[in-house]
Amino acid sequence: MSTLVYISSSNGIGKSAMEVVTYAKKMGGAVTVVTNGGAATSALATLGEYGASKVLVDRAVSENDPQQLTRMIATAAETVGATTVIFSHDLIAKAVAPRLSVRMKAGLVSGAVAVPNGDTVQVNVFSGKAFGHVKINTEKKIISLLANSIQPEAGGSVCSVEEFNGNGGAAAIRVMATKKPEGEIPLPEAELVVSAGRGLKGPENWGIVEDLATALGAATACSRPVADIGWRPHHEHVGQTGVAIRPNLYIAAGISGAIQHLAGVNGSKVIVVINTDPEAPFFKAADYGIVGDAFDVIPRLTEAVKKFKSSN
Amino acid sequence: MKLLVCISKSPDTTSKIAFSDGNSKFDENGVQYIVNPYDEWYALVRALELKEAGGGTVTICTVGSAVDDAVIRKALAIGADEAVRIDADPTDAYYTAMQIAEYAKSNGFDLVLTGKETINYNGSQVGGMIAEALDIPFVSHASKLDVSGTTATVEVEIAGGVQVCEVSIPAVISCAKGMAEQRIPNMRGIMAARTKPLTIIPAADIQSLTTFVTYDLPNAKSACKMIDPTNMDELVSLLHNEAKVI
Ligand SMILES: Cc1cc2nc3c(=O)[nH]c(=O)nc-3n(C[C@H](O)[C@H](O)[C@H](O)COP(=O)(O)OP(=O)(O)OC[C@H]3O[C@@H](n4cnc5c(N)ncnc54)[C@H](O)[C@@H]3O)c2cc1C
Ligand SMILES: Nc1ncnc2c1ncn2[C@@H]1O[C@H](COP(=O)(O)O)[C@@H](O)[C@H]1O
Repeated sequence: MSTLVYISSSNGIGKSAMEVVTYAKKMGGAVTVVTNGGAATSALATLGEYGASKVLVDRAVSENDPQQLTRMIATAAETVGATTVIFSHDLIAKAVAPRLSVRMKAGLVSGAVAVPNGDTVQVNVFSGKAFGHVKINTEKKIISLLANSIQPEAGGSVCSVEEFNGNGGAAAIRVMATKKPEGEIPLPEAELVVSAGRGLKGPENWGIVEDLATALGAATACSRPVADIGWRPHHEHVGQTGVAIRPNLYIAAGISGAIQHLAGVNGSKVIVVINTDPEAPFFKAADYGIVGDAFDVIPRLTEAVKKFKSSN
Repeated sequence: MKLLVCISKSPDTTSKIAFSDGNSKFDENGVQYIVNPYDEWYALVRALELKEAGGGTVTICTVGSAVDDAVIRKALAIGADEAVRIDADPTDAYYTAMQIAEYAKSNGFDLVLTGKETINYNGSQVGGMIAEALDIPFVSHASKLDVSGTTATVEVEIAGGVQVCEVSIPAVISCAKGMAEQRIPNMRGIMAARTKPLTIIPAADIQSLTTFVTYDLPNAKSACKMIDPTNMDELVSLLHNEAKVI
């Protein structure tokens, strides 16, 4: 068996790349990674530590063009004789994996949360309210893995990196502008998230949320009304209609815990809820609860985290 | 401009999720179906806005059975001109997408709009599959869309930000938040929807590539541990020693 893994490496080797290589390794057989863009050869070679035996890099293909990426990955799969292709279930996979499925006539399972059991893969469905077990009926298979579903496992040694021509062809998408806030942790990849809702009363009060996030090294998120009224940027909105996340720790302050909000965060390993109302529905989904005023509790928690960090 | 909007039904967002027949089927008992929010709020409404600004037609298309006609009429009430239902059980995304692609191929649309995902299967698959089958560009998770001549200008989500890009039409665009504001159908729209054309066409012969075998529910959370609001050192210690997340 031979497995091909696509990773995005334009911002270096992220945790999701280590996760997908580890996942492919656990499936058994040889693992080849294919990527595009400008990552340094030495950085790509470190994927060997997670189980890759080789990395193919096509520097002519743009990450912004799903058609180029589809052709490149199909060429790579053909070159190494891969029957399974693995993606991390991110925005690139959502644009590319469906195309590749049609091109390779390979059954696609998106949002996998565990290593396949034979031809059957466990996925998240109903916005995290249930799991499905999907059988892939075709010999060729494509799986996209939800972030934070497995832990990266290092152990091997660096592998070879080869320049590769994936016959990407012409780009169909012309990028005119990119707006990306610098230095922030991308929300879907964050292991720790501090989130706040309408209970914070106004955008001027987010300083305490940011202070806690900084102390923890966490990303910040918010509920939908908060993004809708413009207190926080839209990309922070989590839930049914926003981003779905599954960090190790989700701290929610001043959020009631509506079912549509929970749909985006119920995959979190540990949930801490801070709310003045002991009847807030969020407590039913929480592991640790604090009935109290966010304006007192958050700064106190920040101090406790700082004390903990300085003594560890 | 000829616009095609792919409309899927989904259970109301507050539905209780349960399974029947040895956990092999979604239990529809007491479940209200709605138009999948991304398809309705964003794809359909933006298509209507484009038509209102530049002329053309908005056709909606659903792969489903006669029970889906209620959801289709709801989308017509919001303002689509006509509906097509491909008469088949949408067994998987590939099957669904190939049916829509077959229909779109012979009807020459300038833009095909889908939602970013269905909120029951959360696959984000159908749009990209239609695009590959038609060999046209696919822009995924768009939050803004404008068309001028044969060029679509699209704002898309990228990891932690947004990107503005241009693409030639015909193209498939999957629509996310930001694209338009929800429209509530009015009485006139609901009346008009009853007489708008809903054409039922037979399914093409396509094999599904995947099958949902069983489902299960996540383990129930154990009771929430309450912490004294003045003792945040205890919380930090629990997060470190017990939960092991910091
Ligand atoms: C189809 C659909 C999709 C939706 N999608 C989403 C989604 O993706 N994401 C999402 O978040 N919502 C979504 N919603 C909205 C959702 O139903 C809720 O309305 C929303 O999540 C409520 O936001 P909130 O908890 O910030 O505000 P509220 O419900 O107003 O809750 C505020 C909470 O703060 C508490 N509070 C007040 N003061 C303080 C204080 N000083 N300290 C601590 N606590 C305090 C209150 O007790 C209350 O529990 C959706 C709704 C629909 C119908
Ligand atoms: N049965 C269907 N009929 C028509 N369109 C559909 C159907 N299922 C999904 N779609 C469209 O494809 C989008 C993505 O669906 P999915 O790939 O299931 O997440 C939806 O938002 C709809 O626009």
